[in-house]
Amino acid sequence: MPSRQNADDRIALLQGTLDLLILKILVLGPCHGQGVARLIQRQSEEVFLVDHGSLYLSLQRLEDKRWISAKWGVSENNRKARFYSLTAKGREQLAEKTTEWERLTRAMGLILGSSTGPGVEEA
Amino acid sequence: MFRRRRSSDDFAEEIKAHLELEADELKHEGLSDDEARRKARVEFGNVPAAQERFYLKSRIVWLDNLARDLKYAIRQLVKNPGFAATAILVLALGIGASVAIFAFVDAALIKPLPYAAPSRLVNLFESNQTGPRFHLSYLDYLDWKKLNHVFSSMAEYEQNDFMLNTPTGTQQANGARVSDGFFRTLGVNPALGRDFYDGEDIKSSSGTVLLSYAAWQKRFGGRPDVVGQTVTLNGTLASVIGVLPRNFHFAPAGPAEFWLTINPSSACNKNRSCNNSFGVGRLKDGISAAAADAEMKAVAQQLQKQYPESNRTRGGLAVPLTDVITGDIRPILLVLLCGAGMLLLIATVNVASLLLVRSESRKREIAVRGALGATPGRLIRQFMAEGLLLATSGSVLGIASAYGAIQILLKLLPAERLADMPYLSGIGLNARVALFACVISLAAGLLFSLTPMLRLSLVTVRQGLAEGGRTGAGVVWRRFGANLVVIELATAMMLLVAAGLLGKSFYRLLHVDMGLQPENLAMLEVWGPASIYAKDPQKVEMERQVLARLASLPGVKSVAVSSDLPVGDGDGINEVGIVGKPNLGSYNEVNEREVGSAYFTTLQAQLLHGRYFTEADDASRPRVTIINETFAKRYFPGENPLGSRINFGAVNTALEIVGVVDDIKEGPLDIATRPAMYVPFSQNPDNSFFLIVRTSQDPRLLLAAMESSIHEADQEIVAYNGVTMTDHVRDSPAAYLHRSSAWLVGSFAAMALLLGVVGLYGVIAYSVSQRTREIGIRMALGAQRRAVHQMVLREAGWLATAGIAVGAVCSLAAATLLRGLLFGIHPWDLPTLGGVAAILGVSALMASYIPARRAATLDPVEALRTE
Repeated sequence: MPSRQNADDRIALLQGTLDLLILKILVLGPCHGQGVARLIQRQSEEVFLVDHGSLYLSLQRLEDKRWISAKWGVSENNRKARFYSLTAKGREQLAEKTTEWERLTRAMGLILGSSTGPGVEEA
Repeated sequence: MFRRRRSSDDFAEEIKAHLELEADELKHEGLSDDEARRKARVEFGNVPAAQERFYLKSRIVWLDNLARDLKYAIRQLVKNPGFAATAILVLALGIGASVAIFAFVDAALIKPLPYAAPSRLVNLFESNQTGPRFHLSYLDYLDWKKLNHVFSSMAEYEQNDFMLNTPTGTQQANGARVSDGFFRTLGVNPALGRDFYDGEDIKSSSGTVLLSYAAWQKRFGGRPDVVGQTVTLNGTLASVIGVLPRNFHFAPAGPAEFWLTINPSSACNKNRSCNNSFGVGRLKDGISAAAADAEMKAVAQQLQKQYPESNRTRGGLAVPLTDVITGDIRPILLVLLCGAGMLLLIATVNVASLLLVRSESRKREIAVRGALGATPGRLIRQFMAEGLLLATSGSVLGIASAYGAIQILLKLLPAERLADMPYLSGIGLNARVALFACVISLAAGLLFSLTPMLRLSLVTVRQGLAEGGRTGAGVVWRRFGANLVVIELATAMMLLVAAGLLGKSFYRLLHVDMGLQPENLAMLEVWGPASIYAKDPQKVEMERQVLARLASLPGVKSVAVSSDLPVGDGDGINEVGIVGKPNLGSYNEVNEREVGSAYFTTLQAQLLHGRYFTEADDASRPRVTIINETFAKRYFPGENPLGSRINFGAVNTALEIVGVVDDIKEGPLDIATRPAMYVPFSQNPDNSFFLIVRTSQDPRLLLAAMESSIHEADQEIVAYNGVTMTDHVRDSPAAYLHRSSAWLVGSFAAMALLLGVVGLYGVIAYSVSQRTREIGIRMALGAQRRAVHQMVLREAGWLATAGIAVGAVCSLAAATLLRGLLFGIHPWDLPTLGGVAAILGVSALMASYIPARRAATLDPVEALRTE
């Protein structure tokens, strides 16, 4: 029961990051909602806690924006499931959002990583 | 963008799939079946919450609620069909009447006249001793144009009928003659072709013609190559230079189809005392109509000095053109609009009062819904939905009935009268009328949604369950409602009495003794070109020819000619003198008619003394005349008039009276018959006259045959304005005035009666609902059902009696004001008053019967428990 062990160490996703994660997961190929949730949890080494309600709303939102498309299909273990796949538009968005995110984390890292604040020079 | 919304079921399906997939995976990790399912569910979190979030995301909440409120409101109305029908009907009446009248107001008063800046136009008249609005002469017009400093341009026009040559013979056509700058002064450009150029009136003198849009459509089939074609008007060729815009009309010149230039060299236009035209002027910037009027009066005064012979009594008058065109109808329309507005107000207040009665009985339901968690806002929205639903259904029905009412009102106006009001042709439910309808419907809807809210304020909602007794507001409403009902009933009474009086006088008017038998009479106007029928013998020949033609038609019993029609405008007046009697002074005006020998027999008039005219009374024989009874009574009291001689007009020889006939209504129905004298047509013939035909069958069927048979006699002779005597009488101004006012007042009265009855019902029903507890106690203490029944009826009886009493007093006052319109009936007509009071009393009784019965059949136990 790996998920249970780490329950308290999980962090809620930042606003807006869920969309990016979904897009990223779907680059690998079509996947249903439960699979997306699992993959996010697994790939973040069980750090991210995915609220399933939010996940499905996110999926719906991305579908409305036509970044992803959805189709009912059958899973490997023969269950009916709604499969999501990335559209061309979604691919573009993924590239764009990824760069954006990298710039953000770099900037955050710059600030949080340096021990001296930006005002030191003045003293 | 707007793709089909994903259903909630599909979403639920997806979540179910998720849970199954998760459970599968957990089972794979080694959990038992149940454990896996439970854990998957726990992992997922709150499933309904997720579904609700999906649901909310995918729609606009308030719209959803509104739809539900509306559905509920419809259910409520369907559950109470009586209430719904009454409320919607009453509202539809109020809205229908207001919208219909407003459409007329819009067409006549709001919609601008089809000219450039119509408010800057004035119409010019000459005044004389008889009145202020008379024609001016062409020479005066030229001087006015030269001498004034107030108009940037000025033009003149005259109404003129033309005889138009068509492939099927000559026809009469409406036309007008105008000066060159007439259309430029109005700011109207032809839709096709060109306008008259400057000086065209002097140069071409009726060689060119502009067509009205209607004439272009009717006579030229709307062909675009009409410009350059020719028409023959009054025997002269004119080439078409253009077509006027579709929306153009100019009522003062009549419904003209052909617009020619004036002819400055005609005999009349060279004579300063021949007044036959009106002027129209465009005010210079900054000049008011009043200033222009003052200026024209000064100019006219100058001309008086300059040309004392012709202009001694001639003044000037400038009136805004809009006043000339729509001035007559404005006060009538405004009064009607006020009436309709009041009706609407009463209707809405009535419906509001009905709503109040209902909300009273729904107090518990509201309280329960409030207790179950409906927020005040939600309850208010519920009421708004019901109010708006009522208002909307009422409005839709009202607007539909307004459309019908407009058509009916237009039918009240005879075609001739309608032609005088061309602006009414554009009447309809246009954007302005639609806006008006929307605004009043919305206002009504707001009122309806506010009314129950006032009563069911939040306090009441909370008290509703415990049922605190009567509130102050209830008593206030009952008093207000009671007063309102008295006023409504009084108004209804007043209008009913007025309608009754008008209806009765219309009946009397139609049955007034006309001195002739109006059934099976057809009439026709005939005109022969003056160039062919120039001399008297030729005119008589034309008459003979036409009479012979008609007499040979099957179904025609007899035919006669006349210079005027009976039941006309009463014109055709001459001054007479009686040989051997002193000068009659100003007391000498009589109607004078030239009639054929068969005139009296065709009309079936009564000969009192002497003889009728015969074929022998022609130009070669001594001049004779027949007088009517009024003539005989006035000028020969107690004498035998036969053999006396009359001098009149331009005829130099005196006429011998050879007969006396019973009075024939020559003038309007509602005016006492004037002295009249008839002279033989053959002794004073004309090239235009009326034909009166007695038929043995429906005369309407013969009109066409009559016209064509005259055409066969001579292609050049025009026969037009065919009409039956009954239609002619019915559409005569007096009859149409009485008919339309009786109908108008009658329909207003019917609506007022309905509203009064509904209002009474509302107030009594409300009172009963408020007194349920009291009635319960009374019954518990032994009051008989009959006593309760009577108690309620008594309350209604008091209101009805008060309404009838106030109404009776108002009716007498109103009838006195109406006196001028009434004919052959005393304004204080007791049978009418009594009949109306009875109608009101019975209606009031019926209205209060339902609530009285409800009160009497109350179960006292139930009544005490509910309260």
